[in-house]
Amino acid sequence: MQIESGDTAWVLAATAMVLLMTPGLAFFYGGMVRSRSVLNMLVMSFFSIGIVSVLWTIFGYGLAFGDSGSGIIGALDWSHLGSAVNSFTNNGGEYPIPELSFSAFQLMFAVITPAIISGAIADRTKLFSWGVFVAIWVTIVYFPVAHWVFDLGTKHSDGTITGAGWLAARGVLDFAGGTAVHINAGAAGLALAIVLGKRVGFGRTPMKPHNLPLVLIGAGLLWFGWFGFNAGSSLGANATAALALMNTQVATAAALMGWLLVERIRDGHATSLGAASGAIAGLVAITPACAYVAPWAAVVIGLIAGGICSMAVALKYKLGFDDSLDVVGVHLAGGIVGCLSIGFFGSTAVNSLGANGIFYGGGVALLGKQALGVAAVGGYSFIVTLLLGYAIKFTIGFRISEADEAEGIDITEHLELAYELNRLGSGGYLGDRKFSAQEKISVTR
Amino acid sequence: MKLITAIIKPLRLDSIRSALLEIGVPGMTVSEANGFGRQRGITEIYRGARYPVDLVPKIRVEVLVDDPDEERVIDAIVAAAFTDSIGDGKVWSTSVSQVVRVRTGERGVQAI
Repeated sequence: MQIESGDTAWVLAATAMVLLMTPGLAFFYGGMVRSRSVLNMLVMSFFSIGIVSVLWTIFGYGLAFGDSGSGIIGALDWSHLGSAVNSFTNNGGEYPIPELSFSAFQLMFAVITPAIISGAIADRTKLFSWGVFVAIWVTIVYFPVAHWVFDLGTKHSDGTITGAGWLAARGVLDFAGGTAVHINAGAAGLALAIVLGKRVGFGRTPMKPHNLPLVLIGAGLLWFGWFGFNAGSSLGANATAALALMNTQVATAAALMGWLLVERIRDGHATSLGAASGAIAGLVAITPACAYVAPWAAVVIGLIAGGICSMAVALKYKLGFDDSLDVVGVHLAGGIVGCLSIGFFGSTAVNSLGANGIFYGGGVALLGKQALGVAAVGGYSFIVTLLLGYAIKFTIGFRISEADEAEGIDITEHLELAYELNRLGSGGYLGDRKFSAQEKISVTR
Repeated sequence: MKLITAIIKPLRLDSIRSALLEIGVPGMTVSEANGFGRQRGITEIYRGARYPVDLVPKIRVEVLVDDPDEERVIDAIVAAAFTDSIGDGKVWSTSVSQVVRVRTGERGVQAI
């Protein structure tokens, strides 16, 4: 087999695009919190880039895509990336791209998934505990779940496939991560919102987005990067990539309009936050389905996702959990809509590797498989994250103090402020002189 | 001497400034303010969640005048601030017992 430069170039470019989604997500979230916690919100996402990239090199890729034969988890192979330098990608079939390009592409998925969770626990999470959580969570939740869904197995020269993840082997369809990324992060976000509890003053004091232009910049970057996320998942510059890209665009556009339509009817006004949120809901929903449905179906999926997610974000007030930036309402709800939609709209006419859903004469079998994928990933992620969350809460603590929360997490966790809003200035300059803890407090407050 | 204070809609500041310059006021002070009157506030909506905002942004204009000019200046401000909609603001005046110009030390009407 020869390296195909076109395919390789596309996957490399798509990798960089998916990386950009994490800073995009950071801005999307950062604009939605109050001005005194925007830096912490941004750093939570950047922390994920740092931690997960290192772990991926040491054992992450092996756990997600190594072959242990179990279908539950890959192989703990410390030199997995080192030995992959000269191999081709083999994931349910051989691709004419280097294995390292596949590994780097998949790394970006592992990076953004914990970053998505951070929106559920905004304003109140200890930075150190968040780092510990990310490291353990990707190891015991993301890497195994990615193995279940994304590892399509190694195809041998005699045509047999071994080592596929158990959900993939059962025919659960998830092209780019509706289960492994979005349902996974959404269920984990719900668990952590329960573990950490509500922010001080939740439901009583205003917690308005402090910078909506930042939210829209973030949504724009996410939309752009998502073409890499979805169309890059074809692992080649081909017709499947084009279908995924087109579906991503039209589903997102439809979801944006769907969300605004609900707002206009329910609240009387279409909002900019609604436009940004609707776009993200559409991106989430089309992610698993983007290479398995026709573009007209993508429009329908987007409209449904925009409408359902715009209503799902109100659930937290009814049920009483502080999922601060609606990880559940957007990612869990959108992910479920997308995964189940394949059971209705799936069509082998657009992709021979897909399957026919109910509307294409495939019966309910595919919908059943999709429901299994949703339940398995959502259930596993919720339960394990809940246990891990309580373990961290009762050992090193997960939440900053109430006083620090009232003061603002940027200043108490980072000793920084995002915006210099006080025109009267803020004291003198100490240079690099070492100062005592007491002085630190007097300098910042 | 009187201190005339006006709380106005931010968008009316330009016309009030021109009106006051036209009638020849000696100076004015403008600051940002937040508050509510009969208008109460507005309600903002984020992802369907409603946030009542009762302190709405306004502009405070302050002008020091000699007693005979009081009514003329008030009338000019009221005319320029008027949009015939709720939240147009308020104008009031208070007596001032002493005024000093810092640079020259002039006192009273001389300092206005």
